[in-house]
Amino acid sequence: MSATALLQAIVDGVLTGGVYALMAAGLTLIFGVMDIINIAQGAMVVLGAYLSYELETKAGIPLLPGLLITIPAMFVLGMAIEFCFMRRVRETERAAMSILVTFAVAIIIEGVLSKAFGVDYVQLHASYVDKSIYLLGFYLPWIYVIAFVLAAVLLVALYALLYRTRFGRAVRASLQNRTAADLIGVNVDRTRMIAVGIGVAITAVGGFAFGATNAFNPNSGYDLISRLLAIVILGGMGSIGGAMAAAVFMLVINDVVAVAWSPTWAPLVFFAALVLVLSVRPQGLFGRSGVRAQ
Amino acid sequence: MRHFRRLAQVGAVLAAITVLAACGSSSNKSSSTSSSSGSNASSGTGGSSPITIGTSLSLSGDFAADGQAFERGYQLWVHDQNAAGGLLGHQIKLDVLSDASSPSQVVTNYQHLIGSNHDQLVFGPFSTLLTVPSARVAARYGYAFVEGAGGGPSVFGEGLHNVFDVTVPVKNGLVTWAQWVASLPASQRPKTAAYATVNDPFTQPQIPVAQAILTAAGVKTVLNKVFPAEVTDYTPIASQVAAAKPDAVVLGSVDVPTVSAFVHAFIQQHFNPKAFIATAGPDQGDAFVKAVGTGNENGIFVPNGWFGGLKKADSQKMVAEYIAKYGGTPSDVNADVAEAYSVGQAIAQAVAATHSLDNSKIIAYLHSGVTLNSVQGPVKFDSLGENTAGVTQTFQWQKGNLVESIPTTAAGASPPLFPKPAWVG
Repeated sequence: MSATALLQAIVDGVLTGGVYALMAAGLTLIFGVMDIINIAQGAMVVLGAYLSYELETKAGIPLLPGLLITIPAMFVLGMAIEFCFMRRVRETERAAMSILVTFAVAIIIEGVLSKAFGVDYVQLHASYVDKSIYLLGFYLPWIYVIAFVLAAVLLVALYALLYRTRFGRAVRASLQNRTAADLIGVNVDRTRMIAVGIGVAITAVGGFAFGATNAFNPNSGYDLISRLLAIVILGGMGSIGGAMAAAVFMLVINDVVAVAWSPTWAPLVFFAALVLVLSVRPQGLFGRSGVRAQ
Repeated sequence: MRHFRRLAQVGAVLAAITVLAACGSSSNKSSSTSSSSGSNASSGTGGSSPITIGTSLSLSGDFAADGQAFERGYQLWVHDQNAAGGLLGHQIKLDVLSDASSPSQVVTNYQHLIGSNHDQLVFGPFSTLLTVPSARVAARYGYAFVEGAGGGPSVFGEGLHNVFDVTVPVKNGLVTWAQWVASLPASQRPKTAAYATVNDPFTQPQIPVAQAILTAAGVKTVLNKVFPAEVTDYTPIASQVAAAKPDAVVLGSVDVPTVSAFVHAFIQQHFNPKAFIATAGPDQGDAFVKAVGTGNENGIFVPNGWFGGLKKADSQKMVAEYIAKYGGTPSDVNADVAEAYSVGQAIAQAVAATHSLDNSKIIAYLHSGVTLNSVQGPVKFDSLGENTAGVTQTFQWQKGNLVESIPTTAAGASPPLFPKPAWVG
C-alpha cells in the first residue's frame, strides 16, 4: 500500500464523515434535548432524500435551493412527531421506551414511502454531484466537499443556538430539570417540540447529502441507523461537536482499514475502537456532562 | 446513580445497535400474506378447491426490488395458468410471506407455509443467500423446491435431492464475457483487470472463474478486493480500483446501489475503464439508469439468462402482459420476473406429466432428465438440480437500451461497444 493510497483513504474518510455527521446531528440533538433514542433517524434521512428527489424531478427545483423547502417541511414534521409520539412516552422510562416508539415511526415512514415511491432505487443528481476538484494530487468530489462544509456550518450554528441563546438555555434547562424549568417560566412542552423540530429539520440536509452520494429506496434507512447510533454514542450522546468528531473518526478508520487491510475487517476494527473508547470514557468522546459545563 | 443511569442508557443503545446491525437492511419485519393465506386445498386431483402454492419473498430489506419483481413474476404465471385451467383443474392461489431479506426469517416462513398452512407446493425465494436455508426446510418435509434465483454453488453443495434451479448456474455468469475478452486481438485486449466483489454467495463464485479465463489470456490482475454487503463507504474501494487504472473492471454486485457507488466514484476520479461488467444491478432497467444518471449506463455489461427483448413466443407474451399491467418498456422488465415465471412453468409441466401434486413424484420427474420449456429457454436438471440446458448471455447498455451483446454470434446480438464510451458526468 502506497502513502498516496493511505492519504487518499484519510481524505475520503474525512469528507464522507461530513455526510454521516449531517445525518447524525439530528439524532444527537433529539437525544440531548429529550433523552429520546430516535431509531427513526435512518427513515427520516431517507424521507429527506425523497423530498429533495421530488422537488428535483417533479418541480424542477435544484437540490440546494430545494433545502429551503425541505428544511421547513421536516421541521413541521418533527414537531408533529414529537406531539403525536414522543410526548406520550413517560419521563421515567423515556430512553428505553423511545426505542419502541420511534421504531414504530420508522415503520410508518417506510410504509408511506414504499406506497408512494415503490422499491426501485433512485439517486439525487445535480451538475456538481459527479464533478471533483483536483487538489494536491487528489480528486476531491464536490458533493462531499459541499456536505462537509454544510455539516461544519450547521453544527456550529446548532452549537451557538444551544449554548449562546436564551432558547438554548431553555432547552437545556428543560432537560436537566423539568420542574425547575417550569418554575422559572420555561414552556417545556413547546421548547422540546421546537427542539425536536430543529433536529428533524437538520435531517433534511442529511437526506440531501445521503441521496446525492447513494442510491436509495424506502428500505435504505435500516442500513444507516446502526452506524448513526454508533457515531452518536462514540461522540457522546447529546454532543453536537462529538457527532462530527465521531463521524470523521469512524469513516477514517473504516476507509484506512479498507485500503490498508481489507474492507471486510473495517467494521470490526471500528467497533473494537468504539468498545475501547467506551471502556475508558463511558460517556463518549465529548460526553454530555462535559459539554453542558461549557 | 446518574452514572449508573448513563451506563444503562448506553447499554440500551448498544443492544439496539446489535439488534439492528444483525437485522441490517434485512429489517425483519412482520410477515404479511398476500392473495390468500392458509386455506388448504384438496390434495387430490380434480375438484374445484384451489391449490395453494406457498413462497417467501423479500418484499422489504436489501432484496426488496428483486423480491417484488419475483412476486410479479409468480403472480403473472398464476394468472396465466389459471386462465389455462389451473393445475389439474384446480385454480391456483399464491400464499406469499415476506422474509424482509433475512436468512432466519425465510426459514420460519417456509416452516409456516408447509408445517402450518399445509400449502401443497412451494416456490423458492429470491437469492442464493435465502435459498440455501429454505431448501433445507423443504427437504425435511419432502417438498420439491423449484426456484429461479438460487444458482450459487452453495445451494447445490448441500447435496439436497429436492432443489431445482430453472436459471443458469451462477458460477458461469461471467464466462461468456471473459471468453469474449480473451478472444479479442492482442492489440485490443485489456492488459490489466481489477476485481472487486461483495462477499455474497451469488457474486463470489463468479469472480475466480472469470479471473482464470482472463489470466490465461494474459490479462494481469492489478487488484482483487472483497467487501462486506453492508459496507459503510464504497469510496475507498472504488478509489483503489481507479488508482490501479485497470483496463477492465469486474464488479461482483448484488444490487443497484453498489454499482451506482462505483460509477459515481469512477467519474469523480476521472477514471473510465475500457470494459466494465457488474454481476447484478445493470439488469434493473430504468432504476439502474436513474441511479447512475442518464448516459452513464452506456457500455456497462451485465450477465443474465434472459432479457425483455428475447424473441421467444411465451417470453414475448409474458412481457406484453407485464407492460399492460405495470407499464414501462421491455428493457424495464427485470430478469427476476422471467426467473419467477419459469419456476411456475416448470412446476406446471411436472404436475401435468405426473398427474399429481405428490411432491415425491414431482421430484422424481424433474430428475428424470426431461427437457422442460420456460420463458428463459430450455430447462434440464442434472443430479444436483442445476439447469444444464440454459446458456448465459451478456447484455450491454447501448444508447439507453439493454441489448443482447455476447455471444456475438447469437441471432440479433448487437456488437459490443468497446472500448466503453466516456462517462457523460
